[in-house]
Amino acid sequence: MSYLTDRKRAEGAGASHTGTAHHWFMTMSSVALAVMLPVWLYLFGAAIGGTRDQVEAAFANPFTAILTALVLVVSMRHFAKGSAVMVEDYAHGTARKAGLIFVSALAAVIATTGLYALIRIAL
Amino acid sequence: MAEATGSSKRVERPLSPHLQIYRIQMTSVSSILTRITGHALMVGVILAVWWLLAAALSEQYFAIANAVMTSWFGKLVMTGSLWAVWYHYLAGLRHLLFDARIGLEIQTAERLGWACIIGSVVLTVLTLLIV
Repeated sequence: MSYLTDRKRAEGAGASHTGTAHHWFMTMSSVALAVMLPVWLYLFGAAIGGTRDQVEAAFANPFTAILTALVLVVSMRHFAKGSAVMVEDYAHGTARKAGLIFVSALAAVIATTGLYALIRIAL
Repeated sequence: MAEATGSSKRVERPLSPHLQIYRIQMTSVSSILTRITGHALMVGVILAVWWLLAAALSEQYFAIANAVMTSWFGKLVMTGSLWAVWYHYLAGLRHLLFDARIGLEIQTAERLGWACIIGSVVLTVLTLLIV
């Protein structure tokens, strides 16, 4: 028993058997966002209020474009998974299923729309 | 199984205490705020992505989105989102500490809760000054 890690003992436990993987995903994505967000907030904030040419130039910059794409994808997965837990906490039956589909779809639509806009601007 | 005799004889199981009857405490408020800010941030994200899409599509479309973005409404949403993101950020860091078994004593956890609230306001003001 002493050779097993805490994580190994937690894996597969609980009703869904996926809680450990869920928790670890939220940990990883939160660390990624913690590193990326301060820089991204600065770049995004600086772009607000500019003309269309200035905004396009800002997001056509390779660093800004790649960082924005990463923030979009990671934050929307982080949201979808976090929001799913809230739906599971408060909604039941059909409302739960509809809620889970809704938050997952919302996150996917926002991430894809943002990536489409980025590709149009950057490429 | 309790349900085997029909729905009229369902067992009334005790429910665990829920939000409404819990005494308000720093630890619960800071936890609930994490969830609220995480979800409220979607308003700012939708506005920001819409603004970016408009910039990608056409001059006329961007004029509309930019007018909304720089209006009092847009500024309110963006400033609110900025506070929400900093609060959620600090609360997330606090969870990383908790996961590392740091700050789990009640007094420390309550102090960390205040640190999240005060820190998020400070970071919001700092960001507004820098950007």
